[in-house]
Amino acid sequence: MSLTLPPITPAPMPRAPRSVLQRLRWLISDSWNVASRDLIHWIRQPVRLFSSVMYPVVSILIFGYVFGNAVMVVGGWNYREFLMPGLFGQSIVLGVGVTLVAIAEDTNRGVNNRFRTMPMSRAGYLAGRSIADLLNSTLDIVVLMLCGVAVGWTWHLGFGNVLIAFGLLMLLRVAMIWLGIFLGLIIKPENTSVVWTVLLPLTMFSDTFVSPQMMPEWLGTISEWNPLSATVGAIRELFGNPGWPGDSWVSTHPMVMAVVWPLAIIAVFWPLSVRRYRSMS
Amino acid sequence: MADAIVAEGLVKKYGSVVALDGLDLVVPEGSIMGLLGPNGAGKTTAVRVLTTLLEFDSGRAAVAGLDVVKDARELRKRIGLSGQYAAVDETLTGFENLDMVGRLYHLGRQPSRDRARELLERFDLVDAADRQVKGYSGGMRRRLDLAAALVAKPVVLFLDEPTTGLDPRSRLGMWDVIEELVAGGTTVLLTTQYLEEADRLADQIAVIDHGRVIAEGTSDQLKAQVGGERLELTVASARDVAATRAALGPLAIAEISVDERSHHVVVPVSGGADLLVEAVRLLDADAVKVLDIGLRRPTLDDVFLTLTGHSAEDEKSEEERGA
Repeated sequence: MSLTLPPITPAPMPRAPRSVLQRLRWLISDSWNVASRDLIHWIRQPVRLFSSVMYPVVSILIFGYVFGNAVMVVGGWNYREFLMPGLFGQSIVLGVGVTLVAIAEDTNRGVNNRFRTMPMSRAGYLAGRSIADLLNSTLDIVVLMLCGVAVGWTWHLGFGNVLIAFGLLMLLRVAMIWLGIFLGLIIKPENTSVVWTVLLPLTMFSDTFVSPQMMPEWLGTISEWNPLSATVGAIRELFGNPGWPGDSWVSTHPMVMAVVWPLAIIAVFWPLSVRRYRSMS
Repeated sequence: MADAIVAEGLVKKYGSVVALDGLDLVVPEGSIMGLLGPNGAGKTTAVRVLTTLLEFDSGRAAVAGLDVVKDARELRKRIGLSGQYAAVDETLTGFENLDMVGRLYHLGRQPSRDRARELLERFDLVDAADRQVKGYSGGMRRRLDLAAALVAKPVVLFLDEPTTGLDPRSRLGMWDVIEELVAGGTTVLLTTQYLEEADRLADQIAVIDHGRVIAEGTSDQLKAQVGGERLELTVASARDVAATRAALGPLAIAEISVDERSHHVVVPVSGGADLLVEAVRLLDADAVKVLDIGLRRPTLDDVFLTLTGHSAEDEKSEEERGA
C-alpha cells in the first residue's frame, strides 16, 4: 500500500459556541447527528423492526388469549380492555433494556471515547440517545395501539385524553432512558442480558396484567408502589378503560404518581448519568 | 521547537491500584514518541489523561500548549485518538462514519463529505466506502478508525496500540500509513507492546512500568542498555559447560554467564549471524556436545528484565491475578 499524505496543517475550526443560542444550536445539531445514526441502524436491521411489530402481536396472544381467559374483570369488561394499557406501560419499561444495550455497546466499542475526545457537546450524545429512543418507543406504542384496536380495545373519553396518556407514557420513557443510560455506563456489555431477567418480572409485579388486589398482600403492596402501576393506572383512567384500584393512597391517585415517579427517577439518574459520562474511566 | 506534549508528575489511582505513579513525559513538536510497556503498565491511562478522557489525581499535563483540564474543550479540537479497538460504527458505512465525525466536529455539511471522501481515498478504502463496516477486515477497520481520528486535521495524534490484534500484513500496512503521517509533521504519541513497532516508528521511546517512565531514549540507546546480542547455548554436561566457556571466551564482549544446573550458557557478543557460524565451528573443534544454540537479539522482555528485574510476562500474569 502506498499512500501520499500531504503535510497536516491544523484546519480552521469553527469557533466554540459562546452565546446561549449558539450553544443550543450545537446541542441540537449534535444530538440530531447522534440520533440519526440510530435511525440508520433501524433501516439497516430489519430484524429489529420486525421484533418491534412482533412483540405486541405475541404479547396480545399470550396475555390476552392464553392467560386472559382465566382472568375475570369486574363489571363484565373484556379483559383486553384492561390489558392493553398494561402492555403500553410494559413496553415503555422494557425500553430500559434498549437504551442500556445501546449505551453499553458504544462504551465497549470505544465509540464513546471518540465522542468524548471531540469538541462536540457532551450533552449532545445523551440527548441524541434520548431522541432515538423516544422515536423508537413512539413507533412501538403506535403499533401496540393499532393491534389493540384490532382485538377490541379502544379509548372512550376523547382523543385529547389519548394525547395526555401518550404524554405520560413518554414521560415514563424519559425516566427509563436516564435509568438505562446510567446502567449502560456501569454495566459490562456481556452482562446486559441479566437486565432482561430483572426487568421482565418488574413489569409483572404491578397492575399491568392483574390487579395487585389479587396478589398476596406483600407482593400486592410492592406492585401498588411500582412506578409502572401509577402510569398504567393513570392511562386506564384517561382511556376510560376498566381498572381495579386498591384502597391505598398511591393506587387511588395514579395521575399524581404517574408524574411524580418519573420526575423522581429523572431527578436521581440524570445527574448521576451526566456525572458518570463526564468522568468515565 | 516547542513541545507538543508535556506531562509532569501525573498520578492516577483507582482505589488502591496506582495506574500512573508520577509520569513525566516531553514530546517535541513534529516527533513521534513511542510509549513502550506491557499490559497494565499505564500506557492507556496516560493516553486517556492526555486526551481529556480521564481526570487524574495530581500533576500537570499540556498538549499543543493547552492544559488538558482547564482548556479541555479547546484542546479537543486539536487532537485525534485512535484506540485499541476500532471505534467505528459497524452498521454505518465507511463514508457515513467519517461524515458523521466531520459533522460532529461542526465542519459543516459539505466540508464533512469532502473530507470523508478525501480520507477514504488516502486510506485505500474507496472501494469499501459505501459498504457497512461489519464486512470490513480488521486492518480496514483500523485504517478507518485512524481516518476518523484525522478528520479534523489534529496537530497531535494519539495512537493507542494501533496494531494490536492485527495480522502481520495489516500491521505492515498500518506502519506505512503512520510513517507517512509523521513525515507530514504531525506529532504522534504511540503506545505499543512491541519493541519492533516502537523501533521502526518512534524517534524516541519511553519505557513505562508501574505507571512511571523507567527509561527513555532512542531505540539504539535502549538496546545498548539491554546489552545487545548474545549467544545462548544449552550443552549436555558440566564438562561441556567448562569447555564452552573456554572455547567461546575470545568471542565474548562481556562476562559469560553460566547456569551450572541447567547447563545454560549466555555469551554477550557483537557481530551477527557470522558469529554464530564461528561459534559452532569453535565448539565443534573442541568436541563440545551442544543441545541448543541460538543468536538472540534484545526483545521487549529483555528490555524489561534488564530495566525492571522482572519480565513483561510476569507483569501480565500479575495483572490477570489482580483482575
